[in-house]
Amino acid sequence: MNHTAHDVGQHTKTYLYIFGALAVLTVVTVAIGYLSLPIGTAVVVALLIASVKGSLVASVFMHLRSEKKIIYWLLLMTFFFLLALFILIIASIYDFGGTPNVA
Amino acid sequence: MEMIPYTVEIREDTGLNNAKLGIWLFLASEVMLFGGLFSAYIFLRIGAVDWPEGSSILSVPIATFNTLVLISSSVTMVMSWASLKTQNFDRYRLYMGATIILALVFLVAKGFEYSEKFSHHLYPSSSTFLAIYFTITGLHGLHIIGGLIVNGYFLGAGSKMWATDPERFTNRIEIAGLYWHFVDLVWIFLFPIFYLL
Repeated sequence: MNHTAHDVGQHTKTYLYIFGALAVLTVVTVAIGYLSLPIGTAVVVALLIASVKGSLVASVFMHLRSEKKIIYWLLLMTFFFLLALFILIIASIYDFGGTPNVA
Repeated sequence: MEMIPYTVEIREDTGLNNAKLGIWLFLASEVMLFGGLFSAYIFLRIGAVDWPEGSSILSVPIATFNTLVLISSSVTMVMSWASLKTQNFDRYRLYMGATIILALVFLVAKGFEYSEKFSHHLYPSSSTFLAIYFTITGLHGLHIIGGLIVNGYFLGAGSKMWATDPERFTNRIEIAGLYWHFVDLVWIFLFPIFYLL
């Protein structure tokens, strides 16, 4: 992506807003941690907030919201393999008759 | 001397300069590196008979502080690049300097956390939780040190390029920034996984 000096000036404000959002979400994550939610709910909530924070960093700071197609394809493939890795690991535990302990 | 092609100019087939494509390919491999360790974490945790609550062993306040430090360093990093885009080299030095200081603060806090664990005889060999905690946060710490070296070079000797080839130097800072934001992104996931769940 090519950025003009004018664009950059406008982006600066956005960076500061994103910083505020990330700081607030960090505090929210910690606050929720003290609520002692059931582990299943806590995992979903914590990962959801982390994903939102991660998306903000990736889309704004890493400029992914306006990047070239080839980068999107590259990341889509990476995401696919990452997901496959996680699913294979979890599936293997069940496959061996393991008793997952999520309590 | 033959110049490396496509450091600034756009390649027609990819629509990008080579540095940008290169760093994204590298980051894709980094996703799989940390992904492998994350899946190890999932494997160990699901299979464990007992898993401690992170906050009972680790310091949530220090980690929260460190999270805010890394987020701030991401902002100063992107601002250093934005400063170059507006031809303001002095402001670039200020923001890049701030990024480096914040990275050092993160490492000092992390070092303090580690030494506190060691003083209580808590080592990677003490439990499965601590083994995977030290492995992943240690690898992340190495990434911080790597970024620190690169950013330090771009603040010092490497910044001479601004006088001779400003566009290429600006690209270098953008590429270093992409790496730095990735390291921040990894920490965003490490923080809840180890400290809060």
